[in-house]
Amino acid sequence: MSDPMAEIRASFFIECEELLESLQDGLQLMDDGDTDPETINIVFRAVHSIKGGAGAFGLDDLVRFAHRFETAMDEVRAGRFHPDGEAIRLFFACADILGDLVRAARDDDQVDDGITGPVLEKLDKLVGIEEEEEEDLDFTPATLSLDFGDGGGLPDLPDLPDLSALPDAAPSVEGLPSLDLPADLPALTAEPLAETTTKGFTVHFKPENALYASGNEPLYLFRALRDLGDISVTCHCGDLPNLDQLDPDTGHLSWDVTVHTEESEQSVREVFEFVDGLCVLEIKPITGAAAMIAPALAPTPAVEKAVETAAPEAAPIAPPQKPAAAIEVVSAPAPTPPAPVAKLPVASPVNSDDDTLDEAPKDEKSGSSAPVKATGTPTQPRATVRVDLERIDRLVNLVGELVINQAMLSQSVTEAGLPPNSPVSTGLEEFLQLTRDIQESVMMIRAQPIKSLFQRMGRIVRESSASVGKEVRLYTDGENTEVDKTVIERLADPLTHMIRNAVDHGLESPEKRLESGKSREGHVTLTAQHRSGRIVIEVSDDGAGINRERVKQKAIEKELIPADAQLSDSDIDNLLFLPGFSTAAEISNLSGRGVGMDVVKSSIQALGGRISITSQEGKGTTFSISLPLTLAVLDGMVVRVADETLVVPLNAILETLTLTDNDLKALGPETHVVQIRGGFVPLLDLGAELGYRQPQDSYVGGIVLLIGQEDGNRAALAVDAIEDQRQVVIKGLEGSYGRVPGIAAATILGDGQIALILDPTDLVGQASGRTRIRQPQQALVG
Amino acid sequence: MTDTEKQTDSTSIELLSFRVGGQDYSVDIMSVREIRGSAKATSLPHAPFFVKGVINLRGTVLPIIDLAARLGLQTGEDTERNVIIVVDLGERTAGLMVDAVSDILAIPSEEMQPPPDLAADEARTFVSALTIVEGRMIRILDLEAVMPPQGEEVA
Repeated sequence: MSDPMAEIRASFFIECEELLESLQDGLQLMDDGDTDPETINIVFRAVHSIKGGAGAFGLDDLVRFAHRFETAMDEVRAGRFHPDGEAIRLFFACADILGDLVRAARDDDQVDDGITGPVLEKLDKLVGIEEEEEEDLDFTPATLSLDFGDGGGLPDLPDLPDLSALPDAAPSVEGLPSLDLPADLPALTAEPLAETTTKGFTVHFKPENALYASGNEPLYLFRALRDLGDISVTCHCGDLPNLDQLDPDTGHLSWDVTVHTEESEQSVREVFEFVDGLCVLEIKPITGAAAMIAPALAPTPAVEKAVETAAPEAAPIAPPQKPAAAIEVVSAPAPTPPAPVAKLPVASPVNSDDDTLDEAPKDEKSGSSAPVKATGTPTQPRATVRVDLERIDRLVNLVGELVINQAMLSQSVTEAGLPPNSPVSTGLEEFLQLTRDIQESVMMIRAQPIKSLFQRMGRIVRESSASVGKEVRLYTDGENTEVDKTVIERLADPLTHMIRNAVDHGLESPEKRLESGKSREGHVTLTAQHRSGRIVIEVSDDGAGINRERVKQKAIEKELIPADAQLSDSDIDNLLFLPGFSTAAEISNLSGRGVGMDVVKSSIQALGGRISITSQEGKGTTFSISLPLTLAVLDGMVVRVADETLVVPLNAILETLTLTDNDLKALGPETHVVQIRGGFVPLLDLGAELGYRQPQDSYVGGIVLLIGQEDGNRAALAVDAIEDQRQVVIKGLEGSYGRVPGIAAATILGDGQIALILDPTDLVGQASGRTRIRQPQQALVG
Repeated sequence: MTDTEKQTDSTSIELLSFRVGGQDYSVDIMSVREIRGSAKATSLPHAPFFVKGVINLRGTVLPIIDLAARLGLQTGEDTERNVIIVVDLGERTAGLMVDAVSDILAIPSEEMQPPPDLAADEARTFVSALTIVEGRMIRILDLEAVMPPQGEEVA
C-alpha cells in the first residue's frame, strides 16, 4: 500500500470518468428527445456524485462548477425548466468543462476561468435561477434513510483521515440534500412529505473496529453534530465484557445521539460521510412520537443483558425489538417499510467477542443498500471490475506461453509415438480445446466497447462545429462494438482528425446547405461494426462530397502528380492521403494545416488497419477504417522457406496455387510474372527477398501465395512449403532488436522456436524486384 | 574460484570472464542476467553479419550476437558447447554467444588499465579496459559498443 490518500483519489477519478460517461449518455438521450425523469435523474446524479467526491478532496473549482451545473439540472428535474436544443447544447458544454475540470484536478492542472465563467453565466441565465431559490425547496428527511447515493460516489473513503474537513464540507453542500430523494424513491416520498415536521434526528451510532483502526474518533463526529444543533448523547456500554476478557483493540460502545436541528437529514448524514461503512449508523427524524422511540430503544441493552448468558443471537432479541419498530412506523409516517426490518440486527447489540459483530452490520448494509443500487443505476445493471491494464497484459502473455507450451507438449507426445487414441492424446486434445477457450476469453477482457471513444468524438463535433459556425449533429451507431483497448487508444487521434475534417471540409455552411435543399443542420455519422473478423469504423458526412476537380488541381499545383495525369475518381479521392495535401483554401484553426489524412493513414496502418474513401458529389463523403480485432493474436499461415519457418498473416493471402509452366512468364532478364486468370502478378521469391538464399533455377511446381495489398495490387510469393494454419501470439521485435524490413513481428511456435511474422505490404514494397532469377547463368544456358 | 584474492577491496568490480575466438574477455557481472546453453536461432533477414538471429527466452524474443564475429575474431563453427550470456543493458536485453564461460573475478578498479591506442585493431573499440589476472590479459567488454545499432533498418 502506498499512500492511501493517493489511492482513494485515484479511484475517485476513475469513478469520475464513469460518471462523466453516464452524464454524456444521459444528455445524449435528452438531446434525442427523451424526457423520462429517470434520464434526467441519471444526469443529475452524475453531476451530484462528482461534486460530492470533489468536495471531499477539497477540489474547490470542481465543486463550484458542479454545484452550479447541478442546480441547473435540478431545475430541469423539478420540471421548472424544460430544456430546448440550445439548453442541451449548453449542458453538453458544461459536461465537457466538467470533464476538463476533473482531469485538471487529477493532473493538478488549472482550467481557465475564462472558459468556465461565461458558460456558467449562460447556464444561470438560461435556467433563470437565483441562489436563494434552492434553499426554499422542500425536503424529505424521512426517506433519506435509504439513500446511499451520496456514499456510493465514494466507496473507498473509509481510510480518509482528515476528519476536520467535515464541518466545513457540510455547509458548502447545503443546497443539495433536499434534491436527492425524489430521484431514488419517487413513489415513496409522495405521501409522507406533507405531514412530516422535523425538529431533529436521533442517531444510532455503533462504530466498528475499522473505524478506530483508520484513526477516526467518535468525539469529533459528535462535535460536528453539535455544530448542527443541540445534542444529547447516550452511551451504551452494555456490550462491555468483563475486564479479563476485554480486548483493548476492540470497540464495545455504541451511542444514541439526539440532535435538535433545523438541518436536513442529509446534513446529519454528511457528518458521518467519512466513516460510512465503518460503523452501524441509523438516522431517524424526531417526530411527535420521538418521546416514544427513545424509551423503546433504551431497554435494548437491558434486554440484551438478560439474554447474555443464553446464546446471544438475533432471534431472541428480535421480539422485544419489534414493537419499537412498529411504534415508529405508526407514529412517523415517513419511514419506508424496509427500514425497520433492516434495523433489527443493528439495534440488537451483538456480543462483541463474537464473529457476529462483523456479520450483523454487513447484513444490514447489504439489505438496505441493494435496493438503492437497483434504482440508482437502472441503465447499467452489469457489474464490472476495474483492472489495471498491465495485469491483463501479463495474463495475455501467460496464456500465450500456455498455448506455446501446449503445442510443445503435443509435439513431444506425437514424437513419443503414442497411439492417437491413447488417454494421453485424448487428454491433450481436451487441453488444447481448453487453452483455446482461455485464450479467447482473455482476449475478450482486453476488448472494450468503442463507446468511450465515440463519446469523445461527440465533443469534437460540438467544439469544431461551434468554431466554424456550422450546425452539426453527430449520429453514432454500434457503440457497443468491442475493440481491443490498445486499438481504441491509438484510434483517438486519427478519428479526431477525421471528424474535424468532416465538419470543417466535408460539410457545407448552413446557407449553402439550404441552397442545395438540405437541412440546415449537417450530419456526421460515426459507426462501428464487426465485419468478417475485422472492425469497420466509418465516418461519413452528408456534405458536398469531394470536389474532384479542385483536388486534382491542387495536386497538380503542389506537384504531387504530373499535370497531364489521367486519374480515375477513386485515384483522385486517394490523393487526399498524400503527404502535404490540404484542400481548404483558407487555413482554419481546426484542420487544413497540411498534415492531414496522410498522418491518419499511417497511424491506421500502424494498427494493422486500412483506410478507404468513397465520395458522391453533393451527397457526402465516407471514410472507412478497417482494423484487426486484436493486436495480440493473428491468424497466420505457417510456411517454410530455405529452412526457415515464417508466418504470413492470413488476411493478406488471397489464394495459394502451384505454379505450372504455363503460369510462369519471364519478364526482362531477371524477373518473372505469374499469369493468373488473365492478370499478371509479379513473382517474388520469399527466400531471396529475405536474403536467405539465391533465387531458384526454376519455380515450376513451386507453391506461391497470392498476396493482396491494401492498394489493390497483388504479388505472388514463392515459398517452399505450407505447413500449417494457426493462430499465433504476436511478439514485438522492435523492443528487443529493432525494426526488420519486411517483418512485422515474431511469434513462438510449438517447438519453442521463434518464427518471424511477415509484413507482406512492407516486403512487397521493398522487394528488390531484380534477383528473381540468376540472369547471367540463365543467359549462358539459354 | 582461483583468482579472487583481492575481492575484499571495496572499489573492486566483479567480472564474468569468458573465452571467445581464443581470447579472454569479461563483462561486468551486474549486467549479466543469466547464462544459458546455445539454442538454434531464427535468423533475421537483412540483419548485420554478427546478429545470429533471435531465440525464445521463456517467451521473450532475444536477439543473439555472435561475439566472435562482432569482434572480428575467428568464428569457430556452431557447436553444442557454445554458451549464451544474457546481458541486460537497461532498456535492451541481448544474448552474447561465446565459446565458454571461465570464471568470476573481483578486480580492484586501480588495476584496470585503459587499452593502448592501436587504431588498427578493430576489437579495440569494443574493449573499455584491460587487466591482468594470473598472467593472462583479460579484456573488459564495452557492452554498449557491442550491441547492434538500435532501430537499424538495413545492414
